[in-house]
Amino acid sequence: MRFGIVVFPGSNCDHDTLYVLKHVLGQESFFLWHKDHDLKQADCIILPGGFSYGDYLRSGAIARFSPLMQEIKEFALSGGIVLGICNGFQVLLELGLLPGAMLRNKNLKFLCQNVHMRIENTETPFTNKGKPGQVLNIPIAHFDGNYYSDSHHLKKIIQNHQIILRYCDSEGRLNEESNINGSMEHTAGLINENNNVLGMMPHPERASEILLGSCDGRIIFESIINYLK
Amino acid sequence: MMDKETIKEHGITQQEYKKIVDLIKREPNLTELGIFSLMWSEHCSYKSSKIYLKKFPTSGENVIQGPGENAGIIDIGDGLAAVFKIESHNHPSFLEPYQGAATGVGGILRDIFTMGARPIATLDSLHFGPLSVSKNKAIMEGVVSGIAGYGNSIGVPTVGGETFFDECYSLNPLVNVFCLGIVKKKKIFYARAEGKGNPVLYVGSKTGRDGIHGATMASAEFGEDLEEKRPNVQVGDPFKEKLLLEACLEVMEKDLVLGIQDMGAAGLTCSTTEMAANSGSGIEIDLDLIPQREKGMTPYEIMLSESQERMLIVAKKEKVEQVQDVFAKWDLDAVIIGQVTDNQHLKVNSGGQKAVDLPVSAIVNLCPVYDRETKPYSPSPPKVEFHDIPLPDNYESIFLQIIKSPGLSDKEWVFRQYDHMVQTNTAVLPGADASVLRIKNTSKALAVTLDGNSFYTYSNPKSGGKIAVAEACRNLACVGARPIGVTNCLNFGNPEKPEIMWQFKEAVEGIAQACRIFHIPVTGGNVSFYNDTEGTSIYPTPVLGVVGMIHDLNKITTPDFKGPENIIILLGKSKEELGASEYLKKIHSLKKGPPPEIDLEKEKRVQALCLEAISQGLLKSAHDLSEGGLAQCLAECCILGKKRMGCQVDLLDSIRTDSLLFGETQSRILISLERKHLDVLKDLAKKIEVPFSIIGKTGGKQVCIKHLGKIIIDIPIQKVYSSWKNSIPNHFKII
Repeated sequence: MRFGIVVFPGSNCDHDTLYVLKHVLGQESFFLWHKDHDLKQADCIILPGGFSYGDYLRSGAIARFSPLMQEIKEFALSGGIVLGICNGFQVLLELGLLPGAMLRNKNLKFLCQNVHMRIENTETPFTNKGKPGQVLNIPIAHFDGNYYSDSHHLKKIIQNHQIILRYCDSEGRLNEESNINGSMEHTAGLINENNNVLGMMPHPERASEILLGSCDGRIIFESIINYLK
Repeated sequence: MMDKETIKEHGITQQEYKKIVDLIKREPNLTELGIFSLMWSEHCSYKSSKIYLKKFPTSGENVIQGPGENAGIIDIGDGLAAVFKIESHNHPSFLEPYQGAATGVGGILRDIFTMGARPIATLDSLHFGPLSVSKNKAIMEGVVSGIAGYGNSIGVPTVGGETFFDECYSLNPLVNVFCLGIVKKKKIFYARAEGKGNPVLYVGSKTGRDGIHGATMASAEFGEDLEEKRPNVQVGDPFKEKLLLEACLEVMEKDLVLGIQDMGAAGLTCSTTEMAANSGSGIEIDLDLIPQREKGMTPYEIMLSESQERMLIVAKKEKVEQVQDVFAKWDLDAVIIGQVTDNQHLKVNSGGQKAVDLPVSAIVNLCPVYDRETKPYSPSPPKVEFHDIPLPDNYESIFLQIIKSPGLSDKEWVFRQYDHMVQTNTAVLPGADASVLRIKNTSKALAVTLDGNSFYTYSNPKSGGKIAVAEACRNLACVGARPIGVTNCLNFGNPEKPEIMWQFKEAVEGIAQACRIFHIPVTGGNVSFYNDTEGTSIYPTPVLGVVGMIHDLNKITTPDFKGPENIIILLGKSKEELGASEYLKKIHSLKKGPPPEIDLEKEKRVQALCLEAISQGLLKSAHDLSEGGLAQCLAECCILGKKRMGCQVDLLDSIRTDSLLFGETQSRILISLERKHLDVLKDLAKKIEVPFSIIGKTGGKQVCIKHLGKIIIDIPIQKVYSSWKNSIPNHFKII
């Protein structure tokens, strides 16, 4: 499987994501420079975490204008698998490939910690190796992860089961305290209507080695590999 | 003739001015005076500390670079080296907490990647005034978010550090930032300007008027003109620095540059003169070519600006275009502003006129060195008398008060604002004795800790220095790491006061002695004097940053109890000591010494035992005893883990109960292990000659501590946890 990881100026989880895919999971993986117009026949495109363009103006707002985004948009619209992690999720929202927007975390602070999330839908390219209701332990690290959507779109994404990961407690219960950043509907991961573009705030690449405390993030990557097989 | 007022404003004494005139055989012009004022400032020249810093042991078989460069370098095998350094950003962080702290992070990161290393972690030692004062809270909030704002954006994890509180920091908080990087041994770069005619390139952000006189500001006391100094604080742009980091590492990887130096304190002045001085060469630059943020800047302003995110590169002549291509790829300027010469002068032209023409050695090497007067305290600080301290009747409430003392309570409020996981190397997260970072593609890890106790150092500067080293190394031993190198940040008051200079001399001696006994080289550091506001000095605060090596990733140990029915053992022996303890300060409102005694040989044996037991795989947990003593340590072992684990302990030493629980006797480590390993451990302890006592076992839902069979503390673990956990967040709650 060929994974292309986009490098924007200010991306800082690009190397981490490449490391997991290449060295932990043994996949063919490479960087894609944001100024290019070539996806290098990637089967899956990953927009990694970080602070593209410093997140000045608004998280992800400038990165969407990068030259390569044109190709990525076409790739996504023709059914290609695209995963946006953290800042990558924010870019996907700005690009309009996913509905909604991000607000500041409810406590108005940057949050870096391990959190729990529940798999709500396993019939996707990103979660097919998980079990329905399975609780994953994966870290977050963001300032703007408080998902917001207008009521019209919100209704739609709920109906379509597009919220495929929800923040929860260690037992899988949804409550105010475990909804760490205040996201509507506890949204931690949101998929598009066509089931091929996922944005998620938690960092699966930080939870793919037992040395780092959790391997739950691998479920996301292994699901993609399984789907593309 | 330069008037006296101007000279004084530049922080230069009349004698120093005379020396300048002697050295350059004429009067300097204003720009030249500005250059001297920066480079001869305490911050840049170390003129008051130099004679003492020589006492540090700086050599060792693995030392690649000792003091004198941007950072120290230690060989860690596998063709790799660890590059590390600590710096203070105290004065700016008081004036403008967010930007002061943020640019502190930016500065230390540049020190590391200037040498070709990719920064893999930062840690911070923070000292604030008490949180009961709202101004202190605002400073803390600003500093923490400044560190977060910069470090998170650039993608270097902030993996730990320390946060302490005392009145003495109310008007003079301390922000010390440590950074660790990894470099390929074959790709180390230095600040050199070699080869006549080689081009000098300016890369990174444009130059503005920010930060003019930053280094001079850091070399004077604060008076009532505080607010006026706010414009001296620089403004950071972490995004620009991220681009600069990637571009610099790329030109270095491609072997396109000969020498490189960051523009930190004293900006263009420092980078040009130091590069030339290091190579015995000269540099000639044209200020008209410098990318400028605003119009009409004078040569004085350009030379003295401390605008952030700038570097100076000396490139191979034939590779200039390739260098510029790499910077263009990262959307950065790389402009040729001059060339290397062989006349040992710094020549600066502006508008076709000569603005500066100074011998480099006068600026860099010939700054006066002072052997300032020292005088021990008189009278010496008060010492505690045991009979003055009533024995408490209720240890439980005291225990809970100690646990929630802000210095000892949970710091998650701080570190969860930092991305401490990016780069996916953080094997031991903040909150443990030391943070541990694995080195990808090897079986090794590096452990890092920052340590210091300013009240110990105030009460007895030499002991304080020794204890800082001992405790930092003990922290490393608890995670299973052997110390390989030290950097230090020495925060003191005004060195022109003999008592302060004495504190400094004594503390340096203590640190030097301990480093020699532990066989760890000091590879550099930073001295921050003039931590005085309105005439009041901080406690002397040496902060030690120690890096340790873990050879086997599988042998990393953490402080928390791992399961029930494990045996709890105290390595070392508790003495009847209460001086300078958190207990005295917090419970009895007594700020009295002396600090606990320290026997460095004994300390070494305790650490050796801990390390040996870890390497044999005997231990479930190991945790250092420090502030708050045995009670604090036990509590942390119970609550730091994912699964909180109670304990039942009976202490059999016949000393005062309060001293036993809260005394801060040195050279003690609390370990837990399975019963089956007990005999091996006993044999080891005997062999290494370390006293120990089996004090109890893990399990249950209570923290239960007896003294000579009598229950003195028996509290549900949940209650201990919430006291500890909520202390700092409660101070910041918005009502």
